[in-house]
Amino acid sequence: MSGVKAEGLSAHLVVDRGGFRLDLQLRVAPGETVALLGPNGAGKTTALRALAGLEQLTDGHIALNGEVLDRRGQRWVPPEERRIGVVFQDYLLFPHLTAIDNIAFGPRRRGLGRAESRALAAGWLDRVGLQEFGKRRPKQLSGGQAQRVALARALATEPALLLLDEPLAALDARTRLDTRAELHRHLTGHTGPAIVVTHDPVDALMLADRLVVVEDGRAVQEGDAESVTARPRTDYIARLVGLNLYRGVAEGNQVVLDDAGPMILVAADPLNGPAFAAFAPSAVALYPERSEGSPRNTWRAIVSGVHRHGDNLRVQLDGPLKAAADVTPAAAAQLRLEPGRRVWATVKASEIRTYPA
Amino acid sequence: MPAKRARRRRVPAALLAPAVVGLAFLILPLLGLLARAPWAELPARLAEPEMLAALQLSLFTATAATVLSLLFGIPIAWLLARGEFPGRSILRALVTVPLVLPPVVGGVALLLVFGRNGIIGSWLYERFDITIPFTTTAVVLAMTFVSMPFLIVSVEGALRGADIRFEEAAATLGAGRWTVFTHVTLPMVAPGVLAGAVLCWARALGEFGATITFAGNFSGRTQTMPLAVYLALQTDLEAAIVLSLILLAVSVIVLASLRDRWTAAP
Repeated sequence: MSGVKAEGLSAHLVVDRGGFRLDLQLRVAPGETVALLGPNGAGKTTALRALAGLEQLTDGHIALNGEVLDRRGQRWVPPEERRIGVVFQDYLLFPHLTAIDNIAFGPRRRGLGRAESRALAAGWLDRVGLQEFGKRRPKQLSGGQAQRVALARALATEPALLLLDEPLAALDARTRLDTRAELHRHLTGHTGPAIVVTHDPVDALMLADRLVVVEDGRAVQEGDAESVTARPRTDYIARLVGLNLYRGVAEGNQVVLDDAGPMILVAADPLNGPAFAAFAPSAVALYPERSEGSPRNTWRAIVSGVHRHGDNLRVQLDGPLKAAADVTPAAAAQLRLEPGRRVWATVKASEIRTYPA
Repeated sequence: MPAKRARRRRVPAALLAPAVVGLAFLILPLLGLLARAPWAELPARLAEPEMLAALQLSLFTATAATVLSLLFGIPIAWLLARGEFPGRSILRALVTVPLVLPPVVGGVALLLVFGRNGIIGSWLYERFDITIPFTTTAVVLAMTFVSMPFLIVSVEGALRGADIRFEEAAATLGAGRWTVFTHVTLPMVAPGVLAGAVLCWARALGEFGATITFAGNFSGRTQTMPLAVYLALQTDLEAAIVLSLILLAVSVIVLASLRDRWTAAP
């Protein structure tokens, strides 16, 4: 991957750090927002730090709009010369500066005069709806306000690349909703490439045009929201989007599952070769007895846990096939669902989605 | 929990008795000083030329020593806190030696280096006809030698406690290393620098051993307040008490200001 002459970001990030290895290919077009989605410790923040120049690559390269920023042994551009805006997870607003001076900090460093920088900062405060809060110190701002100041501070330098590290993680649910919508608006307005690091699938789906799912330092799945959520390729994503996911080998309509004993699922669509099979918890029906003329996908399960999930109850099933099933509270009461209870579970073939692994 | 509170209220006699004796030992001398002070003549005695000279010299030299300590101590603290080089821990130990070294020894050492036959002293004398020992400069140097470690230790602690990620944030905003230091690091450790400077100044003000060894005891030139107290004690007890009162007042003010700083620090 040395095709460097391109607009936007082209990077192959390799960072080795004591037993952990990040190895990630990234391409982000101008105006595009990519979400790096993954569990904690997957290497998302390391990727971000490498892009920002706060960490050096072990191997690979980073090129932004055709300019090489990091390539081992050849070139390393320090963070202050990269024109990469970063919104940090806990914002890192300078505590000794007011909101407006925090925003003016970047423009000042890029050579603008004091008055010009402040005017620019005032404009940004206005754009994030905080014109009256310019004189406040970071300590006197709420979480949502601090987040917006941090965003304004990053954007005020007119960065060629915008990086956001868990931009909404520190906010409470209510503020999160508003701030997410506003963040989305600013991301849409940003003409360069942008990368959002998050472990929250909702943030990723709402903010980004494309998702890159990172697990254990590698990209395990990539695509738009629809394809990633409909066809998860790892347990992590399946859990995030609330699907039961199994890996196996498909032969026609049958999928022989890998690690679920001698278990075969029958799906509606035929497929051959290594495959994933997925179904929603709501597609699982539970019965106290094996019913007559039942669908083919029927197995004996043991209830291992029951908890609320929206209006329904989510039942964790153990047995040959570990699965989650959603039932109504009424059905749960009728079935006397409690840990240890044995039930029969069935899923219709038409509810099982199969796709190549 | 009332049971717990009751238990806490009962202090073992084996601890209480020595604590009370110790407190008396610490506080009584200060009270004695206040009791013996010639309050009525205080304004007149303070206006005596010798007294004023010592006071002026002390304030000037202690302040000069603090400025020197800030100038050189902050970079040293930064190196110790952030630098990565071999022998850093040894350097840290060396820097703090003056904290525990008897000041007289410091004075002797300074004399050996800056005296007319010293390594630097002889060069200064032959090259520029400059003599340092037994001058006001010597007082400032002696004070700096004993008090700079206080500043270094305080600033280094503040630098270690400062979140380095703020400096990273500044770098992503286009700030180079020096700008990061002046615009982010320094303002963020300002409480530590201030506390260190106050401690340093107070230590310099009270300096005696190194000063008398390296700078002598010449009125108006090297006779600072502690030296004046020592001299007055042999001839004029009241003058010694008045000078001591001033030093005590300064100490109390310094302590009070530090307490505020420390509780207000982030």
